[in-house]
Amino acid sequence: MKIATSLPSEADLVKFPYYEARLIDEKRFDEWYDLFTASAFYWMPLTRGQPDALNHTSLFYEDKLLLKIRIERLRNPRSFSQSQPSYSQHVLQTPGIEQFDQSENVFVTRTPFIYVETQGDQQLMLSGVVFHHLCAVAGHLCIQLKKVELLNCDAALPSIQLFP
Amino acid sequence: MNTYQNAPQALQALVREDCVHRDVYVAPEIFELEMQRLWRTAWIFVGHDSQIPNPGDFFTTQLGLKPIILMRDADGEVRVLENRCAHKGAKLLSAASGRCEAGLMRCPYHGWTYRLDGSVRAIPIRSGYEGTGLAQSSAARGIVRLKNVANYRGFVFARLAEQGMSFEDYFGESLTSIDNMVDRSPQGRLEVAGGVLRYLHNCNWKMFVENLNDTMHPMVAHESAAGTARKLWAGQPADSVKPMAIEQFLPFVNGYDFFDKMGVRLYDNGHSYTGVNYSIHSQYAAINDYERMMEHAYGAERARAILGEVRHNTVYYPSLTIKGAIQAIRVARPLAVNKTLIESWTFRLVGAPDTLLQRTLLYSRLINAPTSVVGHDDQHCYNAIQEGLANDGNEWVSLHRNFAPTEHDHIAGSYNGLSEVSMRGQFRAWKALMASEAK
Repeated sequence: MKIATSLPSEADLVKFPYYEARLIDEKRFDEWYDLFTASAFYWMPLTRGQPDALNHTSLFYEDKLLLKIRIERLRNPRSFSQSQPSYSQHVLQTPGIEQFDQSENVFVTRTPFIYVETQGDQQLMLSGVVFHHLCAVAGHLCIQLKKVELLNCDAALPSIQLFP
Repeated sequence: MNTYQNAPQALQALVREDCVHRDVYVAPEIFELEMQRLWRTAWIFVGHDSQIPNPGDFFTTQLGLKPIILMRDADGEVRVLENRCAHKGAKLLSAASGRCEAGLMRCPYHGWTYRLDGSVRAIPIRSGYEGTGLAQSSAARGIVRLKNVANYRGFVFARLAEQGMSFEDYFGESLTSIDNMVDRSPQGRLEVAGGVLRYLHNCNWKMFVENLNDTMHPMVAHESAAGTARKLWAGQPADSVKPMAIEQFLPFVNGYDFFDKMGVRLYDNGHSYTGVNYSIHSQYAAINDYERMMEHAYGAERARAILGEVRHNTVYYPSLTIKGAIQAIRVARPLAVNKTLIESWTFRLVGAPDTLLQRTLLYSRLINAPTSVVGHDDQHCYNAIQEGLANDGNEWVSLHRNFAPTEHDHIAGSYNGLSEVSMRGQFRAWKALMASEAK
């Protein structure tokens, strides 16, 4: 189920980040993958205000190919780091609309979040703000860019195995 | 527990030629002794001088567990200082990096100020010290400046102990790996660029360092990551251009024969590199007109020699591992017996196309980041060792692969790539560096 809309309303946009987060938390990764346009990126910068993902490294800067590898790997019985599976929970603040441009088909939401990832007895909590750059494709809202600005992006971090 | 502090024979007995006792990884006392001995007498990587280009520029880090400042002095020289106020001991600089205002360091507690070389410049209400013993005390000497510092082509190393092996004797010919990385710049210069990935590991530092030249693990531990990449790429027509990510993932699932013929070169004092003959980086596509730029700078023959040397990982025991072929380094920072911070730094080859920097950034992100699927499986295995070694039914960790008794007299040399000789070499160095209290 995608959010169907020929011309998205503000209410459609506000619904979107909740829906996207739910797909991750319920491990519906194929449906999640289909939310991204062919040229989309999932980006988690390494520094605050990082302007560039090519000449500066990031925690994530994944195109659809890399996302596909990640998703397929999670299903591989020899993904040893997942022999005890990880689970995630996103808790989202109400999304705000940063850009709403129906004529250009460009929509941007801003959503502060808390993200919890757990594996056995270990629990990791992250927080930050996620920006969804969206567009309507064939009557559905799709992700052109998901940018996750982690509050502690500059900290020494343990493994993050799912998708904040 | 005080099993090893005053028992040199018990300590030496932990390392045999072909196996090591589990205590080297799990005993807190051994970790303490490593910090007091090995990490004081070995030459430890501090930082790169391009991080501090101008006088007053500083970078803070740790040598073992000690907070340290890498400082560019007023005269342009690189200094390594203890990050500790001479008065009450407060860490002077807390930022990761920055520039000292007016060429001075000032303690945030009582305002003692220091010149960039660590000497005391001023103390508030100095009259309060008249007639006291301050002038004759260690406080008056200012910030402790390390005497044994070496800047090798921009790579700054320091030895905490006053006495010990010289820098040249300690690293010897292994420095050719740094040479190759620097020579890959048409101008013979590197600059730290692109940020630092900091990945926390719940394991002993030695597991990480050993893994760098462990060629028996990629096809097993990384089957899920690189094997998935291979499977997804398998349907592509033969002439399709491989994305860089695919190019970087695929060699991780090459077979045993590939890694065996790659070869490993071992030096004295625990240093080694894999990729004597070729490496996982050998088949990367040529980039723009980089080769032409190199030929212009060095001449065709020399340029070919530099670019033809494609080493895998070089371990500068115990703290630094480098990938000269792609200008990436990883620095091991031990935090506790079962906790290690791994920092991944990347370099720009000055005068070379940006694509080379972008390639190394991609590699570090795919392989070494806290979000890396390759890193996740490595980390899983290290954690599994750390937990598994709580067992003492079998107290020994095997390092037997391709062991030959001839190593007893002379271990430096070239070996088949699958050999565990690099680990045996590291423990031989470990034993020597742990032998006595560092002066």
